[in-house]
Formats: sequence, C-alpha cells, structure tokens
Amino acid sequence: MSVSPKVLAGYGAILLLSLLAPVLFPNYLFQLAVLWMMILFALTWDIMGGQMGYNSLGNIFFFGAGMYISAIVQVGLYYNVGEYTDPSGTIEASFTPHQYFTGLTLGIIAAALGCTVFSIIFGRIVFGLRGPYFAIGTLGVALAAGELMGTWEWVGGGGGIPMPVYPYGPDQRARLFYYMCFVLAIVTFVFLKWLYSKRFGHAINAIRDDEEKAEAMGIHTLRYKTIAFAVAAFFLGMSGAIFGNMIGFIEPLEVAFPTITFGIFMVVMTLLGGKGTLWGPVLGAVVFHVVKETTWTYMLGWQWVALGALIIVNIVFFQQGILGWAAEKWPERFGIVVDKSRTAGGR
Amino acid sequence: MLDNIMVLVQAPLVPLQLLLDGIFIGAIFILIAYGLALVWGVMNVKNLAQGDFVIMGGYIAWVISNPKYMGAWAVHPILGLPVAMVFMFGFGWVIYFLIIKRVVYRDMFTSLLATFGLAIVIAQLLNQMFGPEVQVANSGYPTWTWGLLSVAAIKVVAFALTVILAAMVVIFMRYSRMGQAIRATAQDARAAKVMGIDTEHVYAFTYALNAAICGAAGVLISMIWVIQPFFGLPYSLRAFVVVTAAGLGNLPGIITYGLGLGVVEQFGGFILGAQFQQAIVVMVLVLVLIVRQIQQNRYRQAVV
Repeated sequence: MSVSPKVLAGYGAILLLSLLAPVLFPNYLFQLAVLWMMILFALTWDIMGGQMGYNSLGNIFFFGAGMYISAIVQVGLYYNVGEYTDPSGTIEASFTPHQYFTGLTLGIIAAALGCTVFSIIFGRIVFGLRGPYFAIGTLGVALAAGELMGTWEWVGGGGGIPMPVYPYGPDQRARLFYYMCFVLAIVTFVFLKWLYSKRFGHAINAIRDDEEKAEAMGIHTLRYKTIAFAVAAFFLGMSGAIFGNMIGFIEPLEVAFPTITFGIFMVVMTLLGGKGTLWGPVLGAVVFHVVKETTWTYMLGWQWVALGALIIVNIVFFQQGILGWAAEKWPERFGIVVDKSRTAGGR
Repeated sequence: MLDNIMVLVQAPLVPLQLLLDGIFIGAIFILIAYGLALVWGVMNVKNLAQGDFVIMGGYIAWVISNPKYMGAWAVHPILGLPVAMVFMFGFGWVIYFLIIKRVVYRDMFTSLLATFGLAIVIAQLLNQMFGPEVQVANSGYPTWTWGLLSVAAIKVVAFALTVILAAMVVIFMRYSRMGQAIRATAQDARAAKVMGIDTEHVYAFTYALNAAICGAAGVLISMIWVIQPFFGLPYSLRAFVVVTAAGLGNLPGIITYGLGLGVVEQFGGFILGAQFQQAIVVMVLVLVLIVRQIQQNRYRQAVV
C-alpha cells in the first residue's frame, strides 16, 4: 500500500508541530503531555473496545499497576520500600542523577513487562465473560485493585508514595516528560497501525463481528483476545510509569486507579472520535481534552455533571462518533475503502 | 486478622450480632437486586444507575426530616417512604422517556454506559446540592441491648417494611393487570404487542417501578446506615452480584444471595477491618463472576 504525498505531508506536519511544541508553547507543556497520554489511553482502549468488541471499563487497572510497579522498582533499587513509604519518615531519601535515570528506565521496562503478565492473569479471569458481564467484571477488578492498594501499608497505603525527585531543573523535567509521552503515543499509534493491517487486525475484527463464527473458522479466539489485552496492557503500563513520575506523587484512588476519571475518559474519548477506527480515538482524545481543559475551570464544580451528560448524549445520540458520522456523510472520502486489486476478480 | 477470628470463636454473641446486622442489611439488598432483575429481565437494560436511585431516595428522606430544608414542616424520615416512592416513580418515568427509551433496542453496552453516565450525573448533582458529607436520617428510635447484643429498633422496623414492600411488589406482579402485562412482555415482547399490550407503556412502568423500589430502599438505608452522594456505585455492584449469582427471574435465589451478601460483608468487614468494606463488595463480585465462568465452562459456554 503506497502512501500519497498529501498524507505523508500531513503526518510530517503533525510530527514537526509536536516536536517543536516545547519551543512554541512552553507554558502548556504539562497539558500537552497529558494530551499525548489521553491519545494513548483512547488508542489502547480501542484495541479491545472498538476493534474486538470487548467493552472493558477496567483498563485503568494497567495504568495504576504500571505506576506502582515502576515506583516500587525505582525506590526498591536503592532503599527499603517499607521504610521509604513509612509516614513517620525514618529515612532521608535522595537520588543521584545516575540513580534516578537508571531507576526510571528500569521502572518503565518493569511496568511494561509486569502489566503484560498481569494482563494474562486478568484475561484468564474475565475472558469467559461477555457483554455486560465483561464490562462489570473488568470494572470490578479495577475498583478492587484501587481499594486493595489503599490498604497495603508496604506501598504507602492510602497515603501514597512520593516519587523520586527529578535531579535537574523544572523546565528540563517538563520537556523530558513531554517527549516521553509524545514518543510513547507515537510508537503506540504506529504499532497499532501496523498490527491492524496484519492478520491480527482481521482476527480481532472477526471476534467483534461474531465470536462463535470466528472460532468455527479456526481462529484461536482466546489467544487473540489475550494478545490484544496484553498489547493494551503493555502500553498502558508504560504510560502509567511515566505519568506517575510526571505527577511526582502516587496515591491509589485518585492518581493510580482513577476509574471514574481517566478510566471513563478512555471510553468517552474513543466513542466521541469513532470506535473501531485508527484515527477516531486520536481525534476524540484531542477534541475531548482541548474542550475539557478550556472549559473545565469555568464550570465551578458542575463539570462532572456535564461529563455525565456528555457520556449520555454521546452514547445515546452520537454513538458512531465523529469519524463514523463522517463515514456516513461522505462515504467516498471516509467510508471503508475496498482495495479492488486484492479482491477476487478485481471487482 | 487472626485476633478477630479468635473473637468470633470465643464470644458467640459477636457472630450472632454480625449475622443479625447482615440479615437486616441484606434484606434491603434484596429489594435493590429485585428491581435490577426486573428491569434486566423485562427490557434487557443493565441499570448501572441503580445505586444512585437508592442514594437519591435516601436524600429525599434526609431532606424531608431536616429542619434546615423543611423548617417547621420537617417530619419523621419514615414518612419519606411514600414520598420517595412517588417521587422516584415519576423520576424513573421521566428518565425512561429521556434516555432509556432510546437504548432499549440497542446493544447491551449502550444501556450499560448510558446508565453509567446517568449514575455520574445523579451522584454529582447530589454532591452539588447537598455536599460530599456523610449523612444519616435520624429516626430517634431506641436501641435494645442484651449484654453484648444490641439491636436498633429502626433496623427491625426497616426489616418489617422491606418484607411488606417485597410482598406487595410480588403480589402486584402476580395478580394485577399491569403485573401480568409486564410478565408477558418479559416472556416475548413481540407476542405481547400482538396481543394488544402497549409495550412502550410497560417498559416505562417497569423502569419507574424499579426507581420507586430503589427509592424506598434508599429511605431505609438512610435511617439504618449512612448515605453520601458517591455511595451509589457499591449498591449497583451489590445488585449485580446478587442478580448474577441468582440469575434472572429467580426470586428465592435473589433472597438467598441477598441475605448471604449482607452476612458476608458484615463478617468480612469484621475480620479484615473496616477499611476493606468497599473492597469486599468488589471482591465478592469478581469471585461470583469467576464461579459463574467455572460453572458455564462445564457446558463449554461463556457467561452471556
């Protein structure tokens, strides 16, 4: 499949703008980093929810798990975690630049691998469930994880863990984390684009359309479902590790396992953009995040009511999302393109 | 944890106390779960706003008994029962025509997410109106004590009211014209329509009836326990636990598992500690789903 120069120019423009963002918008770097994270959330939710038809409400579990794994690795390499998180503060913790960056790198890697392992275990628990049971079951696991972390004193319990302090200046820190979020989101996008173009993409679409038939056609559905879950968990785990360090403080209910905020944002953003498409989640995340950040503070506490109302309106009246709507309106531009050279008889 | 288990073994009155409390609270779970099973069975809507209807009912009882809002007109919270039922019935009716009507014929995730959005709206509205504090509607009834065993009179009253309410709903479903129409629609909506039943009306009534049942349960909970705007989700999950374990249209099952859940929560909370109260609810949910999967696995089927 060849890429037209127009599309290539579009990709180039987005990349260039994102690379230059720290110079162009230095005051909004944190928000832009969160925007990349949101894009990643929506993309990873769409693997299961959009492409495979398994609507999970508990993907946030991997975000929080990644955050905690990386925190434990980063602290545990140099200190006793139990003493470090002790609220009475028996040890004076400080990290040299070398320690910090070793810990950060290893922490992110451990988060990605750990979450992949978790996804396989988690998958065994929930993949026998369908439809509403799957959604409720995953929601249950995510809520349980948050509650249980809050009672586990070794990792700080409800009080949370302060992450290692960045050894250099705040401007450099903001830039570093912006680029980390940016690279991670781009890698996720490219990886998913490649993955969906392979047999894997067709297999999970077949599972979405009719799981029994897919199985009858010889697709090993459980294996594909587990892989899809593992891919989502791998990237979400890394994003959790980066986000934890970017925020600088981990707490179980609001930061690590925020089921009611990030956990539901993932779903809303994907549905807003159009689920089951590659660009839909990206578009939805950008629209949602920009609208949220520009209006949120002016609504004086009513923003959460507005969020709920947005979910209802989105799901009831506009379920196809922006791209789905565009595909209906301009089928020749946004509709499903059949590559005629590859169909039987060229028709 | 081991100490707590030792207490249970050594002081036989403590487990008895927990058992009683579990049954009192479990009776209310039965009401909520029955409402969920009704809506689920009749119109195939998974109502995640169930718990928030409960909390709404609780706030109605709290408001009408609170002189701050009602002035000299403040009454005993138990009178909130009819008020909450009527109000929630109307509320459910409105919500049906605003939202639920448009998701009845869609796939199941649509109804789940739409009602999840509704749950967020209700919880946040209550938070905006009454603040995030934990509230209790004080009934002013005495507490009877025999040695270590203590039973609040309001719990007994609430239990009796729950039984009466449940009996009324069951009798209504069995003998009234509307109840028959609801059951007919649940069996086969298309056939019911052919037989001249206005299924749209039946759906609206079912959803409103569910909201009224939840409102009544909420009034009782506001008196025997506490309410808070964000306590809705645990009640929704509890209702799901009971309905999932019992299956649809299985009233004895719902009663057994509702009481069982209440008792398990009380014992779990005592043994593990109060901070595990919420975690126990979700862990029971996950356990029930795992058990269901193992059961279904024998027939090589998924939990649909």
